[in-house]
Amino acid sequence: MSDSAKTRNPDYTPKDATQARRFPLRELILFGVLLVAILAVYAIMGAAYSTRMLVEAACYAILALGLTIQWGYAGQFNAGVMGFVALGGFCAMFFSVPVNDAFWGSALPGEFGRVLLYGAAAILLIVGASKLDRLGVPKPLRTFIAVVLGVVLYLVVISQLREVTDAIENQAGFVGGLGLPPWIGWIVGGALAGGVGYFIGHICLGLRSDYLAIATLGIAEIIKAFLKNSDWLTRGTATVSPLPWPTPGPAELGFTLSRAIYLSFTAVIIAVIFFLLNRAYNAPWGRMIRAIRDNEVSAAAMGKDINKRRLEIFVLGCILMGLGGGILGTFNSLFDPQGYLPLNHTFLVLVMVILGGPGNNLGTIFGAVAVYIIWIMSEPLALFLMQLAVSFGEGAFGWDAPGNMDSRALQARVLVIGLLITMVLRFAPKGLLPEKIKSHG
Amino acid sequence: MNELAFFINNVVIAGSVSGSIYAIGAIGVTLIFSIMRFAHFAHADMMTFGAFMVLLLTTLFPAAGASIGVPTAVLMLPLAMLLTAALAVGIDKTFYKPLRAHGVKPIVLVIGSLGVTLILQGLIRLFSGTGGQSLYVDDRKEIFRLALPFEGARAPIVITEPQIYLFVITLLAVVALHLFLNRSRLGKAMRAMSDNPELAQASGINTNTIVAVTWMIAGALAAIAGTLLSLDVTFKPDLSFFLLLPIFAAAIVGGVGHPYGAIAGGFVVGFAETLAVFNWNVLLRPFSDSLPAWLELPSNLAFVGTEYKIVVPFFILVAILVWRPTGLFKGKVI
Repeated sequence: MSDSAKTRNPDYTPKDATQARRFPLRELILFGVLLVAILAVYAIMGAAYSTRMLVEAACYAILALGLTIQWGYAGQFNAGVMGFVALGGFCAMFFSVPVNDAFWGSALPGEFGRVLLYGAAAILLIVGASKLDRLGVPKPLRTFIAVVLGVVLYLVVISQLREVTDAIENQAGFVGGLGLPPWIGWIVGGALAGGVGYFIGHICLGLRSDYLAIATLGIAEIIKAFLKNSDWLTRGTATVSPLPWPTPGPAELGFTLSRAIYLSFTAVIIAVIFFLLNRAYNAPWGRMIRAIRDNEVSAAAMGKDINKRRLEIFVLGCILMGLGGGILGTFNSLFDPQGYLPLNHTFLVLVMVILGGPGNNLGTIFGAVAVYIIWIMSEPLALFLMQLAVSFGEGAFGWDAPGNMDSRALQARVLVIGLLITMVLRFAPKGLLPEKIKSHG
Repeated sequence: MNELAFFINNVVIAGSVSGSIYAIGAIGVTLIFSIMRFAHFAHADMMTFGAFMVLLLTTLFPAAGASIGVPTAVLMLPLAMLLTAALAVGIDKTFYKPLRAHGVKPIVLVIGSLGVTLILQGLIRLFSGTGGQSLYVDDRKEIFRLALPFEGARAPIVITEPQIYLFVITLLAVVALHLFLNRSRLGKAMRAMSDNPELAQASGINTNTIVAVTWMIAGALAAIAGTLLSLDVTFKPDLSFFLLLPIFAAAIVGGVGHPYGAIAGGFVVGFAETLAVFNWNVLLRPFSDSLPAWLELPSNLAFVGTEYKIVVPFFILVAILVWRPTGLFKGKVI
């Protein structure tokens, strides 16, 4: 033994990083409780209903995994999960619904293509005008020309587009789908969500983290407004159904079996995502991401390109949300843009992540399934409690209850989600299954 | 000239109305941002809460306003401001203060404020139901029609009673805030704390008092904005997510932490919205004879349809974040 080893303070000697693994007692207990809860739901509500609940929980688990890498791995707060989910759902619908011959058989696709070409030409012209200063045009004049050209061309293209979309609505109903397998739609949905995430992240990730939350909240409402009002593309409030499944549908196998097959299909996807994410988390890349989250300045001093890494992880999370949204949309077999609500598709996912354990993939999946079961079961419970309160109020005080008690009872769940978020942040900020921080000596 | 009246009704008046409301909301957001350093998402729900308090008080005493000749809702506004200020301080004590004491990152406070948003929304909807209700319970909404002093002007300029109250109260609130921030000792201490919290604390300013005062001002302003908005249209419990984006856009356009900038930003966003949804064909139609024959104007020349109104504040937000993230007036916090 060398001299320095003898004189070294034992507290500072490096310990073996590969020490014996802790027995995962906490995980076992929590998942055991979850299993009991699932079995109880099966016993009470029947197999078809409970399997549907499990499939939806699995889809939410994909969304939650997307959010946990944004919030848990990198500390980015995405307040617009709903928008990315809706994009995924739209793509699943658009790719899988049968081809609408009333649209493709008419002159409308040509018209629509012409408008798209106009749009592309207009963009080229505006970009060209914004480069005029290279030809010696003074900069203020260049900006003026570009802005005026932009406004005029925008008005021209948008009025042409309005005419064509109105014609599509009147003659063909809506554009229809492409008649392809749904999984193509899921992948494209993920890519589209990733593209929107890139746009938002590119603008906001270099600034304060609050700005990302504001911008994502906004883009989610915009995506929803677009899908809701573009009747020519999505039939808007008229909704599109049924969406074909990639697996045999309920008509062939009955509800329970077909849903069980869909569930195993989803479970495989989750397993693949889980495996890849865990590899990434433990890889040097994951270490770098956590280093940036925990101490941005020192990571920058190490020469890491912080904004680029942040953008990577944000886009990755958005891709997962788009994918999960597509799978969820196909399973619901109904595309209803109005059904996308911030409460169900943003805050519920947020609760799943912060309750389960941000940054811990296993905890996130646990949180997703557990919170979804509670969420589903809270609906009859809230109605029951409200009925109880009404009958008590009528009996004791002669209180004349308003007629819309049912919708109000469901509003009480908003309150509960809000309370959960604030309570978890205060009393269990690391979630039920905290992220395991490795110490390397 | 009818077109001019139409333009004034749809752009000048409507823009000033939404601009004032966004401005008052954005002042509160920007004050909280400059003192507490986080984006307060529950602000729009504090606005709704203020309006709901007015609704409750008005339904309780529907005839109170008639005795002095103002709508009951306006009479109840100061009381609702007090209640909302108390609520804001209470929210801070229960939810934000423990988080601050833990020394969490500002973004955790943002998430906490989203939780508070949901709590407030749930409570308001539980008690008021989900439908819209008018704040004019017992009074009648006066509508003034002013004829334009031009030859051949048939269409009048239409302005309603709540809109006049809106302009007056906005002006009063802005002047009061200006005097408070520049003349009073507390206001100066607030500005000092927004510049440098440590230095302010070291020079003997009680930061807890400043935080409480900030919440009181923000709550009172939120009550004003919510009530005036609900007076102009109707009280709806689910306004918040549609108000949040314009208000934040206004605060960021004006430069975060900059109350006067927030006022300017509010009007920028408000007018941008109304200009974008205005059908410009109306103004061009009188000149259609002198336009060349090949130019056929489409009947709808609006930039965006009213259903896409929310795109406008988002576009402004993106533009300002790309070109000038500090805002027009150089806010301090980026």
